[in-house]
Amino acid sequence: MSAALQFDRISVTFPPRHRNEAPWHAVADTTLGIGEGEFVSVVGPTGCGKSTLLNVAAGLLAPSVGEVRVFGDRLTELNRHAGYMFQADALLPWKTAAENVGFGLLLAGLPPSDIADQPRHWLAKVGLSHAAERYPHQLSGGMKKRVGMAQALIVDPKILLMDEPFSALDVQTRQLMENELLALWQNNRKSVLFITHDLEEAISLSDRVVVLSAGPDTHPIGEFFIDLPRPRDVAEIRLTPGFVELHERIWQVLRAEVLKGYAQTVA
Amino acid sequence: MHRPSPKRIWIWQLAVALTLFAVWWALTASKLLPPFFFGEPLKVIARVVEWFVVGDIWQHLGVTLIETLLAFLIGMVLGLAIGLWLALSVTASTLADPYIKAFNAMPRVILAPIFAVWFGLGIWSKVALGVTLVFFIIFFNVYHGVREVSPVVLANARMLGASSRQLLRHIYLPSATSWVFSSLHTAVGMAFVGAVVGEYLGAARGVGYLILQAEGAFDINTVFAGILVLTGCALMLDWGVTLVERRLLKWRPSHLS
Repeated sequence: MSAALQFDRISVTFPPRHRNEAPWHAVADTTLGIGEGEFVSVVGPTGCGKSTLLNVAAGLLAPSVGEVRVFGDRLTELNRHAGYMFQADALLPWKTAAENVGFGLLLAGLPPSDIADQPRHWLAKVGLSHAAERYPHQLSGGMKKRVGMAQALIVDPKILLMDEPFSALDVQTRQLMENELLALWQNNRKSVLFITHDLEEAISLSDRVVVLSAGPDTHPIGEFFIDLPRPRDVAEIRLTPGFVELHERIWQVLRAEVLKGYAQTVA
Repeated sequence: MHRPSPKRIWIWQLAVALTLFAVWWALTASKLLPPFFFGEPLKVIARVVEWFVVGDIWQHLGVTLIETLLAFLIGMVLGLAIGLWLALSVTASTLADPYIKAFNAMPRVILAPIFAVWFGLGIWSKVALGVTLVFFIIFFNVYHGVREVSPVVLANARMLGASSRQLLRHIYLPSATSWVFSSLHTAVGMAFVGAVVGEYLGAARGVGYLILQAEGAFDINTVFAGILVLTGCALMLDWGVTLVERRLLKWRPSHLS
């Protein structure tokens, strides 16, 4: 069986911005596969090229070397099987919450009746029925993320790419959103590539956690299977012995990289 | 800080206007300022009232407003179309860059006589002048509007399956129009300036023409009356723009509400 998403010896090099700078090797020789219906988190220190990896998977960025395969087919343009949840605000500010959620359907040319009904249904799923007619600037950070989640999921992508989607939220809102994501995923198992710098978040959500080295030349340096039972509650699972033990093991690998990454940002 | 209520401030604003008029009246009535050059406020107001009562002013005002409206609409469509085109095509914008800069730097009011020769003394020479003024305001705002589109929003729309035509329709155009609307006050004002200056330089109708006629006859009161009518008209246009803006930009965060 071919993986839903397969990175095959990927390297990404950015050309220098100034003449006397060296080119930046963001990602080097990375091979990574995500199975169908598997939830994989990628953790690494800040600025290590995690987002670069995700952009390559989305087809927004072509790798300098190597190839990406989606369900066995080589990716040459945008990844049509993938939905993307961004770290930054990605909603269209001139559309209401309902219009934003229905945007993908509108782009696909669906009849207006569907574009009216389905977003309402999805807004209810993420608990925002009351905010359908609000514009993004009238929504809180957590509400925007919910709209973004509904917007990405309504077109039913087979692969979900998530770039630190909850990093800007406060801890309580964040755990609520993580639980909601898990509930949605439990009902309709998509292949998820979840990028985060938060190890606890990675463990509590995933089937597998991949640790990346600090940049440049970022590549996977560790892989851990998370065999914690599902369904999970992200707040409670953090207190179980299994979780603590996994956290300990992964942190051993991650710590050195975090220190390296920190040294670079300070320098 | 203590702020007066909106009703109060309205009264105070009116009081300022009345005071200015009173000072003007006192200075000219006492002959401290020669009325021949500075006019007489009572006669100015009488002239404005007479214009509206007899109805002479309507055809002139109508012509000026039609010129303003046409200049604004044509300038806006051209600015929108060319702005979108240049912002989205790197080749076209690099090629056109020096010409856009030169044409924008040029004092375009000086084109009025040429337009008069080309389009005659009717409304179209004034419309043409107004268009050259409006176009650049709209153009630069559209250009910025397209360039300032958040790359994340753009990537999001592309990931959701937007074609380049859909990107234009749902991303670039709304972003550009929001910038255009923020410059609407200036653009409408400029269209008005184009119309009046055009009339002033050669016309057979319009408020600008009326003022020119009065100046020729050393009728300073009529000149001031014309200016007063123009100011009132400009204020009303501005108010209309505010209404349109509130309707169309309701998605934007407002510091007023």
